[in-house]
Amino acid sequence: MQPMIQVQNVCFSYKGDDEERVQILQDFNLEIQQGSFVAVLGHNGSGKSTLARLLNALYQPDAGRVLVNGVDTGDEEQVFAVRRSVGLVFQNPDNQLVASIVEEDVAFGPENLGIAPDEIRRRVDDALQAVDMYEYRTHETHKLSGGQKQRIAIAGILAMQPDCIVFDEPTAMLDPRGRKEVMDIILKLNREMGKTIVLITHYMDEAAQAQRVVVMDNGRIIADDTPRIVFSKVGLLKSVGLDVPQPAELSDRLRKAGIPLRDHVLTVEECISAITDCYFGG
Amino acid sequence: MAIIKTEHLEYIYSQNTPFEKAAVCDVNIEIEQNDFVGIIGHTGSGKSTLVQHLNGLLRPTSGKLYVDGEDVWEQPKEIRRLRFKVGLVFQYPEYQLFDETVEKDIGFGPRNMGLSEEEVRQRVYDAARQVRLSESLLKKSPFDLSGGEKRRAAIAGVLAMQPKVLVLDEPTAGLDPLGRDTILDEIAQYRAEHQTTVLLVSHSMEDVAKVANKVLVMNKGKVAMYDTVDRVYSRGEELEQIGLNVPAVTKIFMGLRRNNLPVGAGVFSMDQAQRELVALFEQRGRLKK
Repeated sequence: MQPMIQVQNVCFSYKGDDEERVQILQDFNLEIQQGSFVAVLGHNGSGKSTLARLLNALYQPDAGRVLVNGVDTGDEEQVFAVRRSVGLVFQNPDNQLVASIVEEDVAFGPENLGIAPDEIRRRVDDALQAVDMYEYRTHETHKLSGGQKQRIAIAGILAMQPDCIVFDEPTAMLDPRGRKEVMDIILKLNREMGKTIVLITHYMDEAAQAQRVVVMDNGRIIADDTPRIVFSKVGLLKSVGLDVPQPAELSDRLRKAGIPLRDHVLTVEECISAITDCYFGG
Repeated sequence: MAIIKTEHLEYIYSQNTPFEKAAVCDVNIEIEQNDFVGIIGHTGSGKSTLVQHLNGLLRPTSGKLYVDGEDVWEQPKEIRRLRFKVGLVFQYPEYQLFDETVEKDIGFGPRNMGLSEEEVRQRVYDAARQVRLSESLLKKSPFDLSGGEKRRAAIAGVLAMQPKVLVLDEPTAGLDPLGRDTILDEIAQYRAEHQTTVLLVSHSMEDVAKVANKVLVMNKGKVAMYDTVDRVYSRGEELEQIGLNVPAVTKIFMGLRRNNLPVGAGVFSMDQAQRELVALFEQRGRLKK
């Protein structure tokens, strides 16, 4: 099957304060399969957000190429096709809403694609239902909570019917309740609607819900595997300034202190049962 | 003597209108000099309303607030003095930067206190050092700084007033793990050097566990708990009922107790968890050497 996204030997730099080029990505390669859910981790400045912007032709690589459904993002005639295939959701919910009424905001994308009015109506309703905000369709956007605003931003992307949605720290500015609302929607988009998801996040509990975790540092990939395997590399993650989910870190520490716990403990429940089994076991 | 004391403090939004809503009611707390109090509670629990009273931004609709032994609303015209005594750092304080240079922005508070230019300069440099902003940044426009630097510059603007009480409303929101730990370290260090009293509003019980010695839990406008960190975190089930995200280590220990392992309640840090479990397995002779 055609991969959703292929990043091939990409270099990217920008001009810094003193006119010097700052190299962000160097010979970077990544392939993302259709329908998968990939989390990308890395501290600020590791190149994550640059990667997100390369995926829907907001940025163009200095060298190498990015393919979306096999289409080169550097092909100027295909830019709209690329943007329709890959939607981007950003961190700050307040910066992404353009209209004052919920349904008008969601309609903005499809309107710009030149879609017929009754088709727009259908897409807006479907998108709002998908993010559980249908009953808010005539509400004013500025009166919504952060989590609700972010869900409206997601609906706006869904209305363009992309195959893939890239989220750049979508929950960083939300409270715990808002975070959970948005994470539930992201999981639903992937599992029930088959959307390919790329989730950039600082929250390890969110990354732990993905199928695959890619860890970036200094514009390179330093780990790429299932969450269970990646989060067992406690020392590596700490060395690049990242958190490790507490159950994984605690079991790693206990193992090092001589308690023979089983490997690859990721969740609270797994940690409780691993410690209990080890304590009462033979 | 407590540096902050409230008596039946209550605040009702839109009082005497059909939209009347009690945001905070019957709050009675005492906070001692040099305490580090974490304030937790979910959105709408009243924590931000409560802290906005502490420097006189809100006037209680009833009840009293004492700061440093003084009833602050006895002489409403003197409320400006309270603003220098209690420094409040809002959520996303970087949106409040406004001056031409970082230096002028940080100096805005001390200058308003009527300090000499020499003293203002000293305060600015001290505050910048405290939040690890390099001197070369001071001449720049605050809008040319990175997100993390802006946040630290905004915090420095409050530190430069050298308040006796420092209140921070979610100072680490939206930062990456490294940025978060740096800011928490800087606050802890500032408190140690200046004997400041610190109140930290946070959604993260992990962050609070790292730095605070007391925890105030707000729920539905009321104080649900106010005690030392270990006593509050030992009430994990109650905290979960309120809808708070208890740290994963605390949850693990709650589960181990349910499975009849003889471990203590109120474990909230990784070090503590490791110590306790290693001791337990050693006792049982199940430690590999």
